[in-house]
Amino acid sequence: MSARTLLRGGRVVDPSLKLDTVRDVLLEDGKIAKVGEKLDASEDTRVLECAGLVVTPGLIDVHVHLREPGNEHKETIASGARAAAAGGFTAICAMPNTDPPIDDPAMVAFVAAEGRRAGAARVYPVGCISAGRKGERLALIGEMVEAGAVAITDDGNPVMDSGLMRLALLYTQAFGIPVADHPEDLTLSGRGHMNAGLVATRLGLPGKPNAAEDIHIVRDLLLAELTGGRIHLQHVSTRFGVDSIRQAKARGVRVTAEATPHHLILTDEAVEGYRTEAKMNPPLRTAEDRDAVRAGLADGTLDTLATDHAPHHYDEKEAAFTDAPNGIVGLETALGLVLTHVVGEGLLDVPTMVERMSCQPARAFGLLGGTLAEGSVADVTVFDPEAPWTVDPTRFRSKSRNTPFGGAELVGRADLTIVGGRVVWERA
Amino acid sequence: MNQTASALGKDLVGLEPLSREQILAILDTAEPFKEISERRIKKVPVLRGKTIVNLFFEASTRTRVSFEFAENRLSADTVNIAAAQSSVSKGETLVDTARNLEAMRIDMVVMRHNSSGAARFLAERIPSNVVNAGDGSHEHPTQGLLDMLTIRDQLGRIEGLKVCIVGDVLHSRVARSNIFGLLKLGAQVAVCGPPTLVPRGFRSLGVEVFTRVEDAIQWADVLNVLRLQLERMEAGYVPSLREYNRIWGVTNARLAKAPKDVLILHPGPMNRGVEIDSDVADGPHSVILNQVTNGVAVRMAVLYLLAGGQPERAEAAKQGGES
Repeated sequence: MSARTLLRGGRVVDPSLKLDTVRDVLLEDGKIAKVGEKLDASEDTRVLECAGLVVTPGLIDVHVHLREPGNEHKETIASGARAAAAGGFTAICAMPNTDPPIDDPAMVAFVAAEGRRAGAARVYPVGCISAGRKGERLALIGEMVEAGAVAITDDGNPVMDSGLMRLALLYTQAFGIPVADHPEDLTLSGRGHMNAGLVATRLGLPGKPNAAEDIHIVRDLLLAELTGGRIHLQHVSTRFGVDSIRQAKARGVRVTAEATPHHLILTDEAVEGYRTEAKMNPPLRTAEDRDAVRAGLADGTLDTLATDHAPHHYDEKEAAFTDAPNGIVGLETALGLVLTHVVGEGLLDVPTMVERMSCQPARAFGLLGGTLAEGSVADVTVFDPEAPWTVDPTRFRSKSRNTPFGGAELVGRADLTIVGGRVVWERA
Repeated sequence: MNQTASALGKDLVGLEPLSREQILAILDTAEPFKEISERRIKKVPVLRGKTIVNLFFEASTRTRVSFEFAENRLSADTVNIAAAQSSVSKGETLVDTARNLEAMRIDMVVMRHNSSGAARFLAERIPSNVVNAGDGSHEHPTQGLLDMLTIRDQLGRIEGLKVCIVGDVLHSRVARSNIFGLLKLGAQVAVCGPPTLVPRGFRSLGVEVFTRVEDAIQWADVLNVLRLQLERMEAGYVPSLREYNRIWGVTNARLAKAPKDVLILHPGPMNRGVEIDSDVADGPHSVILNQVTNGVAVRMAVLYLLAGGQPERAEAAKQGGES
C-alpha cells in the first residue's frame, strides 16, 4: 500500500473549509497533505479517479449499537465497523448498552481495541452515565474518558432520575464531553410499543405518546441550562421536541441534537400490518412530527444526522409485534436514504448534508476528522451521488438485516471509504 | 370443497379487512347452522376429514368451548393446545410452534394470543386457514359476529341502530371487532367509560365517545357491556371496582330513565355488581345467553366458509350433500 494517495478530479465538498468545487486531494502518511487543483502525482502515489464523484470529510455516525459484548449474534464490533465502512462512514460511536454494559475503563478499552483490530471505520467508545446502566449513581466517567470514551449515555434507557442527570451534566464539565440522552419518560411510555395515535388505536397496540419524549427533552434542556453542561439529545422524533430545542439554542443552551433517517422519512403508518421491521424507539410518529424533524434538520436545530443503527437477529424480529425488540439497522442505508429523500427532495444541499453527517458530529463529540484541512487526519468518504441502487438486506456487511427499507430504490451511495489514509472499503 | 373459493379469503383475522358483503355472508350462513345445535344428534358431516388445532396461548373457557362445539358438530377432527402445557412454556417461538403444527398437515388453526397482530403473523406464515379467537387488544372477530347476529335476531336489523360499547374499550378486542363490524353494516357506534379506558382518540375510528353512562343510555338502542378486568384496577386505571359500579355500572335505575327499551349484551364472563348489575344481566332485555348460543352457529359458519363452503350451499352441506 502506498503511503500517498491522490483523489483526482472529484467535487470536493467540505463546509469546514467552505469548499464546494472540483479539486484534487492528496493524502500522505495518514494525513490530508494538500487540497488543490491539478496536483502532481509522483510515481509512488496511488491515484484514484474521482471525476463525477463527491469527495468529503469522512462521514461520522455518533449513534451506533454494536452489541458486543453479549449479543454477538446480532453484531460484533468488527462487523459493525465493516458495515459502517461499506456505508461510507469513517467513524462511529458505539453505544454502551451491551451485556454487560460499558461502564468502566476496562470495558471502554476493550471496545477501542476491538475497533482498532477491525481495521475498518474508527470505533469510538461511549460509556454509561450510570454504573451498570441502572440510573442510580454515576459510572467511572473520568476513568472511562482516560480510557478513550468520547461521551456518556445510558441510551436504550433514559436517565429517569433528574437529580442524577443534573450531576452528570455537572461532572462531565471536568472532561469536556457531552452527555447524550435518550429522552423518554418511561412512566408515560413504558407499556407502549409504537406511537400513540390513530394507527395504534386501530391495531390495538399500546402507544407511546409524544409527551413522554417531550417532557424529557424539556427537562434535559432545563438541566443543561441550569448546570452549563453539554446535552446531546438523541433521535429526536417529535414536533414539540424540535421546537423546544430550537428555542433553547436561541437562549444559548449548550445542546446538540440528532435526527435519524427513519424519522425523517417514515411515519407510524409504516407499522400497518404489524411490521416489526418498523418497530423502534422512539417510534415512528405522525406526518406532522416527521415534517417538524425535517424542518429542524434543515435549519440546524437538529445539527447531527445519526442512524441509531440497532441490529437484531432475524428471528428476534420474526415475532408478534409486542414480542419483537426495538430498532433497525442503518449504517448501510443512511447515505443513500439521505441523498434520495433529504438531498434529493431539496431539503438539504450536499454541503449541509456533509455538515450534519461529518463536520458537526466531529465537533460535538470531539472526534478526529470532520474536515479536509491540511494536516488533519485523512478520513475521507467518496460517494457517487447519481448511482441508482436497490436496498438488498441480504448483502449487508452487518450481521443483521432488520430494516424497513428492504427493496427501496435509492440514488447515491458510497464508493470509497478512507480511514487514516488507508482505503478500508471500495466498491467492487 | 375448494380452498381457493372461500368467500372470506384464507383466514379470519379480523372484521376490519372484511367487506360488508362478507360479514353479511357469515351472518346469513350462521342461520341454517343454528338448527344443528337444537337436534338430538348434533352432528353433520360438513368438515369430515378436516383437522383443526385450537391453539390457546391465553386462558379461555367460553370461546374455546364454543369453537370446540362448532368443530365437533361439523365433524372435524380437533386437537386442543393450551400454552401452559405446550412447548411454548419451554421457550418455543410462535413461528416454530406454527411450523411444527403445519408439518403435521393440519387444515385450520384457531388461535388466541396475548399479542395484538399475532393472528395475522401466523396467517402470513402458514398455508392453513387461521381463525383469530382473540389477539391482544386487537380483534376478536367471531365475538363481533355473534354480537351482530344476536342484535339482528332481536331487532331485525343492524343498519341505523345505535350501539354503545361500555367499559374498558382501550384494552378490548371485542370493542374493536364490534366497532369495525357494526360500522360496516351501517350502525352508529359509540363507546363509553372512564376516560382512562376510553380515550378520545377512538373518535378517529368513527365512533362517538360518551363519558357519562347516563348519556350513553339515553342515546343507545343497544348496550354492549364489557368486562372490567381486575388488573385494570390494579394498574390504576380506575380507583376501585365499587366506584366503577357507582359511576359507570349498567343498572336498572339508570336503564329506567331511558326513553326506550335498551338491548343488553355482554361478552362474558360477567363481574356482577361491577360493570353490570344482576337484575340487568338477568332481566328481560338481556340477551347474554342468546349470544353464547349464537356463538356456536357463527363459528360453524366461519369454519364452513373458510373451508371453501359457499353461503348459498350451507343448507345442502348440512344435509351431507357437500362434504
